[in-house]
Amino acid sequence: MKKMAIEGLAMCLIVAVILLATSPSMQASNEASAAVAGVTIDNFSFTPQTLTVSVGATVTWTNRDDIPHTVVSTDDVFKSKVRDTDETFSYTFTKPGTYNYFCSIHPKMTGKVVVQ
Amino acid sequence: MTPERYKSKEDTMPPQKHDLINQEMQDLNNDGIDRRGFLKCMAWAGTGLIWTMSGGVPVSQVFGKNLNSGKPGNFSFAQISDSHMGFNKPANPDVVATLQAAVDKINGLATAPEFLLHTGDISHLSKPDQFDTVDQVLKGASAKDVFFVPGEHDVLDDNGASYLARYGRNAQGAGWYSFDHKGVHFIGLVNVINLKSGGLGSLGAEQLEWMHRDVAHLKHSTPIVVFAHIPLWSVYPEWGWGTDDSEQALGYLKKFGSVTVLNGHIHQTMQKVEGNVTFHAAMSTAFPQPAPGQAASPGPMKVPAERLRSVLGVADLNYLRHPHSLAIVDSSLA
Repeated sequence: MKKMAIEGLAMCLIVAVILLATSPSMQASNEASAAVAGVTIDNFSFTPQTLTVSVGATVTWTNRDDIPHTVVSTDDVFKSKVRDTDETFSYTFTKPGTYNYFCSIHPKMTGKVVVQ
Repeated sequence: MTPERYKSKEDTMPPQKHDLINQEMQDLNNDGIDRRGFLKCMAWAGTGLIWTMSGGVPVSQVFGKNLNSGKPGNFSFAQISDSHMGFNKPANPDVVATLQAAVDKINGLATAPEFLLHTGDISHLSKPDQFDTVDQVLKGASAKDVFFVPGEHDVLDDNGASYLARYGRNAQGAGWYSFDHKGVHFIGLVNVINLKSGGLGSLGAEQLEWMHRDVAHLKHSTPIVVFAHIPLWSVYPEWGWGTDDSEQALGYLKKFGSVTVLNGHIHQTMQKVEGNVTFHAAMSTAFPQPAPGQAASPGPMKVPAERLRSVLGVADLNYLRHPHSLAIVDSSLA
């Protein structure tokens, strides 16, 4: 009986872990609870321009333009190599704060990640 | 001279007019400027019309005249830009072929240019094999000397170190330099390094100081040609088509009677005359970009394959020692 209870609890925990791991990716990428989130680059713009994530979240930028871009933090926190069409860059945010970034070759392109 | 004072060239527009030099002398003596006529002339840029700048007065004439025949001190040079070697998207799947066509165009000019200027974005991704290919194709040009300035695509990831190693042997700082040719002072500037978030092209304090010193000793009568990748005038800041500190650079050139500024980056011809300064942007040899604000972004513009070469091209520049004028011919690859 006790063993079954433990198994049941373990199963609940597994389900909870699975839910935690999968549900954020099902949600809109600008929700604060996201553990993984995405930013796309289209037409020389970052979308969403402001992304809000939780501490520990990994953000992946995907370049969908025919022109290469970069993702560079204005405070030197992160800096991608040049990303050509369909290439990605990911960064995991471990501390809360506001992270401004831009494309270092098209500096009119700017964006922001808010980590809560 | 303000734009409002430009001479109407409506009567000289059709491509059946005669000798450029006579035309130019005649225009120097004319008054009665008409801005509408000037703008109409602008629309011919890129279709084989010639522009002569003389005392700030633009003169148009058909492409193909031999401007320099037998006149000592006159010379030609050609500008190519934005070859984006390595680009292979639908807007142009064969940028080697179009660069080769540009070289063929240059080799076929009535007056052989004495050297080439490349105003940046030589490569698409700053890769050694991309630079190698451009160097190889340009070896086929009749003019053997090529002067480069970098575009933002040439200084990716390493902040321009590999560009400098290849092209910057005689350059200062991030790759800027000057040289003299037959009495004309050429200044190659770099405005694609250390760009700031939200900003435009940037020359930076060190380069500006160097430029100030570089021109300080020159006579006011020395013709100046400045070349840099991103336009040094405000073409369309919303798309980053301008340079934050260009006004300071142009301030150093106010004392000179003739200043020509040659740029690339915007992949289309554009021209503006402001006081003693003529600004000119050249076509790309790789792919066209939309007119300012006419698309969602300045990305590559796909045109029907049969039209592609009509929107790519080279600029041929003819310097006439007397009366100190620089004619710019934009010639498409079609």
